[in-house]
Amino acid sequence: MGTASVESVLEVNDLKTVFHTQDGTVHAVNGVSFALNAGELLAVVGESGSGKSVTMMSLLQLLPSPPADIVSGTVDFGGANLLELTPAEIRQFRGARIGFIFQDPMTSLNPVFTVGFQIMEPLREHMGMSKRAARDRAIELLELVGIPSASERLNDYPHQFSGGMRQRVMIAIALACDPQVLIADEPTTALDVTVQAQILELIRDLRQKLGMGIIWITHDLGVAAGIADRVIVMYGGFIVEHAPVDELFHNPRHPYTMALLHTLPGHDGGEASRLRSIGGQPPDLIQPPLSCPFAPRCAHAFERCGRENPPLRALRDAHDVACWWDTDKGEEWS
Amino acid sequence: MFNYTIRRLLFTVPTLLLISFIIFLLLDLAPNDPTGNLPMTITPEVREKIRISLGLGEPIHIRYLLWLQQFFVNEPLNLIEEWWGIQIGDAENRLRVQSWATRSPVVDLVVERMPQTLWVVGMSYVVGILIALPIGIISAYKHYSWFDQIGTFVSMVGFSIPTFLTGTVLIVLFSVLIDSSSPFWLPSIYDTTHRVTDWSSFVVQVKQMAMPVMVLALFNAAQLSRFMRASMLDNLSQDYVRTARAKGMKERVVLLVHVLRNSLIPVVTVIALGVPQVFGGAIITEQIFKVNGLGQLLIIGVQGADIPLVQTLTFIFAVLIVLFNLIADLIYGILDPRIRYD
Repeated sequence: MGTASVESVLEVNDLKTVFHTQDGTVHAVNGVSFALNAGELLAVVGESGSGKSVTMMSLLQLLPSPPADIVSGTVDFGGANLLELTPAEIRQFRGARIGFIFQDPMTSLNPVFTVGFQIMEPLREHMGMSKRAARDRAIELLELVGIPSASERLNDYPHQFSGGMRQRVMIAIALACDPQVLIADEPTTALDVTVQAQILELIRDLRQKLGMGIIWITHDLGVAAGIADRVIVMYGGFIVEHAPVDELFHNPRHPYTMALLHTLPGHDGGEASRLRSIGGQPPDLIQPPLSCPFAPRCAHAFERCGRENPPLRALRDAHDVACWWDTDKGEEWS
Repeated sequence: MFNYTIRRLLFTVPTLLLISFIIFLLLDLAPNDPTGNLPMTITPEVREKIRISLGLGEPIHIRYLLWLQQFFVNEPLNLIEEWWGIQIGDAENRLRVQSWATRSPVVDLVVERMPQTLWVVGMSYVVGILIALPIGIISAYKHYSWFDQIGTFVSMVGFSIPTFLTGTVLIVLFSVLIDSSSPFWLPSIYDTTHRVTDWSSFVVQVKQMAMPVMVLALFNAAQLSRFMRASMLDNLSQDYVRTARAKGMKERVVLLVHVLRNSLIPVVTVIALGVPQVFGGAIITEQIFKVNGLGQLLIIGVQGADIPLVQTLTFIFAVLIVLFNLIADLIYGILDPRIRYD
């Protein structure tokens, strides 16, 4: 983790984001480092409040500041540190070289402008296209994301599209300027299962066609297993485990990942059992992150876990874990 | 939309008839006497004859129907005759709605008073909107900044202090304390007979309009800027704003194209619904600055129990309110594509 490979397009180092609120400082992201390779699909999983979205929004300075404050870190993208850019400079990256898809397609499009206008906006802003050229490109994009009779639908308003179709429009907007990186923030969470499957299929397809790096935020392990090359597991603003997808699902090493996989309902056709859950509460992020955030809920926790925060360490090839407990040996890691 | 407009217009006919009848009933129930302002030396018998000559001897339904005929048939015919200079039927004996106090047709009085009201009250409304919208937009964008705090305070003051106080304070400041030879001196009395012919008379007109316009504009802007601010704040936290930023749009575009268009939908409705009040005049402000507009006309009519005048003026206001309700609905449909009336 954090080891820069030659082909990485995006490299995040020690990113820390806090929110200054009336109740105190919320430590949302606590020193996150990862790299995204060209053409790779990196899934980021974790429960609500684990810092997945905040991490990705921080990359493009999309969080409202105040209250959000990026305390430290670097984000290397194409030779620039995105966190040091001025608002005018970061705009050249947003939507142009890094595309963003959001969770709820029902509210993510502006209700009073036509879909065509909203797709053409970044094209005209970043690529300096004429109205006519932008229109042709918009039609092309709508066809690419599988919207039938694209040229007519350009003049329709978002409310005339179904949820799945709107998410396709969002994808078209994100892809408009041929970005090198696409960040998808739970793009299928608000959709029903069949539409979700269609969108996943579309992304797989587009990835092959366009060859961009994708960061896919999700809390659905099934989605991550089906689509990702590598998976990052986040908890309490930390990356707790990181591994290639098969390795993670077959050989999880962090107690949280194991507990998470254990909660997945089986479908072996046996008698329906009760859904399993992880006991305890998610961590209170107001507390400064000085101990392992998962310790209070962890079956293996011991004295050191409440005293020191485990660093992310390499286990074996491309598999990192942040835990004081060595699951292989069944004893404290040394 | 066209069908909807026609349908709504047809619905206004029974609505307005009902309103006019209710106004008529209310005025008839009011304990007043058109001869009340006449000298005490006039005997009760003569007073009774005056009342009968005014048509008060007839039963109420006859009087109402006569008013309907005068207002909906005779007055429009008279207007047509005046515009095209033609004569239709027996123009000499056609009775118009007449003011009891002045004996002149009510519609002529309204036409006489309209320009002052439109100039002063209408201008204050326009100025109020022009002040309120930018203040609302900036206040919402710079939420809780010193600009927002001051804006909030000024709105609160503007809305809670009555116009008769701000009006008199302004008169004390600009007409009394400042010497009349100073260029900053403003007249406290509005001269209706003043005609704008050249630059210097234009300056005089602007000066005499300044104070009433300021007083009313402050009041209007106070209300509207709060609406604008609230509506902008509602929209600034919407997901589509984040999308627009993630697309790399300039902050100016995000604010003035994406957010503003959505925020204006409720505000434009409020603005449209406020227009009838412009025609109604600002009764108190017109009194303070002696602007003899429609508001003052109504007050005189009420004081003198001039029932035809009050009836007709009130009804004209009712028509405007119904009309601008319809206009507000139509604008709403134009601004928001999710609303379609067919």
